[in-house]
Amino acid sequence: MASFWEYANPKKFIQTTDKLLPWLSVLAALTLVVGLIWGFFFTPDDFRQGSTVKIIYLHVPSALMAINAWLMMLVASLVWIVRRHHVSALAARAAAPVGAVMTVIALATGAIWGQPMWGTWWAWDPRLTSFLILFLFYLGYMALWAAIENDDTAADLTAVLCLVGSVFALLSRYAVNFWNQGLHQGASLSLDKEKNVADVFYFPLLFCIAGFVLLFIALVFLRTQTEIRARRMRALLARERLG
Amino acid sequence: MKALLLRDIRLAVRAGGGFGLGLAFFLIVVVLVPFGVGPDSGLLARIAPGILWLGALLSCLLSLDRIFALDWEDGSLDLLATAPLPMEALVSIKSLAHWLTTGVPLVLASPLFALLLSLPSQGYAPLLMSLALGTPALSVIGTFGAALTVGLKRGGLLLSLLVLPLYVPTLIFGAEVARRGAMGLDFTVPLAMLAGITFGAIALLPFASAAVLRVNLR
Amino acid sequence: MMPDLGKYADAVLSSYAVSIVLIVALVAVSVMRARKVRAQLDDVENRSRKNG
Repeated sequence: MASFWEYANPKKFIQTTDKLLPWLSVLAALTLVVGLIWGFFFTPDDFRQGSTVKIIYLHVPSALMAINAWLMMLVASLVWIVRRHHVSALAARAAAPVGAVMTVIALATGAIWGQPMWGTWWAWDPRLTSFLILFLFYLGYMALWAAIENDDTAADLTAVLCLVGSVFALLSRYAVNFWNQGLHQGASLSLDKEKNVADVFYFPLLFCIAGFVLLFIALVFLRTQTEIRARRMRALLARERLG
Repeated sequence: MKALLLRDIRLAVRAGGGFGLGLAFFLIVVVLVPFGVGPDSGLLARIAPGILWLGALLSCLLSLDRIFALDWEDGSLDLLATAPLPMEALVSIKSLAHWLTTGVPLVLASPLFALLLSLPSQGYAPLLMSLALGTPALSVIGTFGAALTVGLKRGGLLLSLLVLPLYVPTLIFGAEVARRGAMGLDFTVPLAMLAGITFGAIALLPFASAAVLRVNLR
Repeated sequence: MMPDLGKYADAVLSSYAVSIVLIVALVAVSVMRARKVRAQLDDVENRSRKNG
């Protein structure tokens, strides 16, 4: 049984992900297309929300991924701090822009949905506000990566920022809850069947979530490969300049 | 340790840094707000707690990059790092010095500025309490941000981008204490939360700042 | 073909458009950067092999 840590070797990582990437991309595209088409064309309107209920197929998965991307970055940063595998630090770096885009999608679709439903594009509701704060954290994280030239220093600093940022993001979540009562409905998905959205909406939604997860994994693999190559290139160029 | 603290304070006072500049900035923010929102004293009284907190936060932010910059430039930071003093203690002292030179003056000046914004009289005590309790957290969190960006040439803008999101919980609870106090409501819950954040930050963040500083001095 | 979206057609269509544009842009940027960096690395590696 090969150890999981084998994939911390950049070469091995690139080899394996190269094999996986075509399959992953096709699968991601397929599930996304099926889920979105199913959701868009073949689901009934909600009796209160009308056709705007179709926005759920974009809003919920992107919001989920926005949070999960940060969690993945947190885990990757911890792995980097503890075991010092470069691939891990670079994977965290690769995931950040994807997470930021997911946050923007969640915010944008939420605003477009909120306009007809709540009568406003934006409200300082706890969920909305914490997402905006999450977006600021993504921006700071990416800016710090971009600002530092030395790769290892950048990896260390951003890893610590990610840890501290996670704590403060969580604190902000509760602080914001305390600060304002919300308009936002509760979770759309839960294990408790009673509270779940109706089945007609549920199954295409599952497809879309699976599609977003697969898309995220494929993108992170691809972008991590890119980061590994870019890092190797910088190392080679530096060696060239020296001798 | 004491020597380092005294040295930092003396430097801040002499270099025209924290002391004067932060206060002047705070004053300007407070003066500009009525120009922006109009001179209606009822409205000003309503938003005064928030404005005062924001002003304090921004003028605190303004002086953050000075925490390490001077020592970094003349190399004394490397000397301090090799001294027997643990890095965590060094970082804590730096935050303390920053708080004494910017936080304390802000707290002391805030009643005067509150007067300008016609804060209701029952609001003064909670405002002072919340600022006195909250500004240490601002300094400690700011030290972390300053340690992150210490080696960068133009770190100022990046520093604000990194630090401001971290200030959110402190600002929310601090301003909430001041706001509830000004309206004559019970403010013990946010005050307790604010104290929790401040003491938590003081206890834990120096470790993160020290780790980051070590990386930057590598 | 097109489902009847009623009076909310604008909202639904624009949110789909925004999301799809953002996702496609993200994928396109990632793929393009991957290609570019891959080509550059090959270039540098060939050069260093030749020289050393």
